[in-house]
Amino acid sequence: MIIMSVPRFWRKQIARYNLVGTQCKKCGEKFYPPRNMCPKCRRDGEIEEYKFSGKGEVVTYTVIHTAAEGFEGQTPYVLGIIKLEEGPSLTSQIICDAENVKIGMKVKPVFRKLGQDGERGMIYYGTKFVPESTDKC
Amino acid sequence: MSVGIVSYGAYVPKYRIKVEDIARVWGDDAEILKAGLMVNEKAVPDVDEDAATIAVEAARAAVNRSGIDAQRIGAVYTGSESHPYAVKPTSTIVAEATGATPVMTAADFEFACKAGTAAVQACMGLVNSGMIDLGMAIGADVAQGAPGDALEYTAAAGGVAYIIGNKESELVAVIEDTYSFTTDTPDFWRREGMPYPEHGGRFTGEPGYFKHVTNAAKGLLNKLDAKPEDYDYAVFHQPNGKFPSRAAKMLGFSKEQIAPGLVVTRLGNTYSGSCMMGIAATLDQAKPGDRIFATAFGSGAGGDAFSITVTDKIDEMRDNAPKVEELLADPIYVDYATYAKHKGKIKIA
Amino acid sequence: MRDVAIIGVKNTKFGELWDRSFRDVVVEAGAGAVSDAGVVGEKIDAMFVGNMSGGQFVEQEHIGALIADYSGLAKNLHVPSTRVEAACASGGLALRQGIYAVASGMDDIVIAAGAEKMTDVPSPKASSALAAAADREWEGIMGATFPGLYAMIARMHMHKYGTTSEQLAQVAVKNHQNGQHNPIAQYKSKITVDSVLKSIMVADPLHIFDCSPITDGASAVVLAPADIAHEYTDTPIYVKATAQASDTIALHDRRDITTLDASVAAGKRAYEMAKVQPKDIDLVEVHDCFTIAEICAIEDLGFAKKGEGGILTQNGETAIGGKIPVNTSGGLKSCGHPVGATGVKQAVEIVEQLRGEAGKRQVDGAEIGMTHNVGGSGATAVVHIFSRDR
Repeated sequence: MIIMSVPRFWRKQIARYNLVGTQCKKCGEKFYPPRNMCPKCRRDGEIEEYKFSGKGEVVTYTVIHTAAEGFEGQTPYVLGIIKLEEGPSLTSQIICDAENVKIGMKVKPVFRKLGQDGERGMIYYGTKFVPESTDKC
Repeated sequence: MSVGIVSYGAYVPKYRIKVEDIARVWGDDAEILKAGLMVNEKAVPDVDEDAATIAVEAARAAVNRSGIDAQRIGAVYTGSESHPYAVKPTSTIVAEATGATPVMTAADFEFACKAGTAAVQACMGLVNSGMIDLGMAIGADVAQGAPGDALEYTAAAGGVAYIIGNKESELVAVIEDTYSFTTDTPDFWRREGMPYPEHGGRFTGEPGYFKHVTNAAKGLLNKLDAKPEDYDYAVFHQPNGKFPSRAAKMLGFSKEQIAPGLVVTRLGNTYSGSCMMGIAATLDQAKPGDRIFATAFGSGAGGDAFSITVTDKIDEMRDNAPKVEELLADPIYVDYATYAKHKGKIKIA
Repeated sequence: MRDVAIIGVKNTKFGELWDRSFRDVVVEAGAGAVSDAGVVGEKIDAMFVGNMSGGQFVEQEHIGALIADYSGLAKNLHVPSTRVEAACASGGLALRQGIYAVASGMDDIVIAAGAEKMTDVPSPKASSALAAAADREWEGIMGATFPGLYAMIARMHMHKYGTTSEQLAQVAVKNHQNGQHNPIAQYKSKITVDSVLKSIMVADPLHIFDCSPITDGASAVVLAPADIAHEYTDTPIYVKATAQASDTIALHDRRDITTLDASVAAGKRAYEMAKVQPKDIDLVEVHDCFTIAEICAIEDLGFAKKGEGGILTQNGETAIGGKIPVNTSGGLKSCGHPVGATGVKQAVEIVEQLRGEAGKRQVDGAEIGMTHNVGGSGATAVVHIFSRDR
């Protein structure tokens, strides 16, 4: 079971569905996951919403064989760090055959189930990534 | 005032299972099944795909194809018989994930395999009444077929979204008219809380599919004073390859007319997405001015017929999102065990 | 600020201690350290207990009071006791808080302990508890596990520097070699590079033998002002530096995936404070929660150039007798990793080495030793330097 709760998931739902993060108007730095305090400008920063294109590339990755709780039905799954074209990096699953994923591979976002709170609870949806070139996987 | 399709988007998961692989598990003869069903393989969802994720992918493809501002969408209706929640709309998820929220209406539709076209009709009405600017109608399913049941050979995953509008300059295709034929016919159902659907004996064919498809189709042809040969293409709900082929023949449509939209042999039956996928595949290759005749069928039972004319706009729009042929190309074949894993048929906890 | 010395140490046995409870192990370590120091309870001014997740492992919070109580220091003496948490760096941080208390002059005799009881819950629950050290909302929800995060560091290290699976395996082989001679170690078996590479894959490229185990155990040290340390022991070990640094909680936000900047910063601060350089360090206990973590640590602390940690390891320079012996205790890999205890256990090992009491693992002539304790995937690093000489 994913350790989330309805309010905890829901309040960042748009960020997870549509890759909405933030940017600091003052220095221009963009944040995903969203931040409310610019690490550079701190209290002088001006934070506003920013929607990312979702285009990015694989910085590094692993193939998880021993799953986290709630992910047992998915092994093996590829987990990676994706650097978005606008700058920030995030952690996500990459839907790709383990043999085909490469550092530097271009990826694009897809809408997938992240997990669920058992059979009766909420289903969590969000963004994962697939290779940009569809013939890769 | 004309109403029609402003954009469309399709989505098919990349996994397939071949009829042979299912037949092997249950000791069936694959060649007989393939010949009988005219289905060779079916689309299988990934472990993390369901009707909602498929609907979102289709909806996003539709928005991207036209480049419209999603905020203009005043209604999102998702037709499916595999909504992930029994209570809690799929359509709110789709609307949020396409950026259509919050000033809009949304609801989920269910009418077996024609919930998607029922949603198209609802959008046509809302658009033409002036209640909304644009409406999005989706048919998406991760269809259920009980292990070992005949349905398991065809029940597939996929979805299609149509954005319906009435600004002539925006339409890629005009829907000239629609006609429905509906009766209370218990040919197929799934009871609340049950994982798999049931068939009402052999009701599926004659009193179900053929009666409603032909009556809806004939009704629309009569209403428009049109003949099958007036159309370049025809699409009929495709639970398998045989039914639409026979329906076409009964109505006087040719094999050539239905060929571009007959994707079931490589896709399986995507239920609410089935007929809509056929229309999408046809739009993918139709030329401006081409006419498409389509009839969806939903068990329970009803037929929705549509008369569609493609506009010049199609050429500038078509390549902005994946075509059905592209979605069907280069699949990854899975064996039955992997299929069972993907479909959640293996219980872990 | 006053100089601080360690005057007593104690580790419990590390391992799957089915018959021992959380409080059992901490009391054993605490009492053992006090007994080693030869102090009496009435002299104890304060306690600091490093514990990562009593809440998840034994559903027990309020660890400080619990430990004071079961150590017999609460009901009559009312000794202040504070729980310190920084994930797997909780122990190192508890020690640091203890050092602060003594150095400031507020307290004289202080116990710094660390403990974790991890085997009272099933392994998936334990793994999930450990995953709380990463960013739950942006890493954990995507299916990230701790081995997964370090595997991504390893993948990048291999990609960037050509580090090999064999070099990673060599870390585990060397640490098992050392752990064989540590009486408290969880795993005393000898392993080979081949057996590491043939062990099951947990998170590619990390095999199960690249990972530290789930362990129960506790460690404690007794701290005193350096000026009075000789009243208690002939071999006080002096704290030459205590340093700590933070970095982003999530791995994806790091400047460089293969560098734990917190380790670099804490190391730098510690070297400055102790006025020593890497070449002056005779041995180091680093945080090898995974084999790649030891490679990164020896680079980040300046014992190898960035990217050359694997080569240093392969050449045997980190073994006992090498240029810089690393993890003579067996490290987290072989000795075990009761997360809250680890940072204190590292200090116990260095004290035993500097006292010359490390038996078959003894580094000859060890004068200056270092400990390096990491929380999460590198969001917290705590570094200490200890010396025989004041």
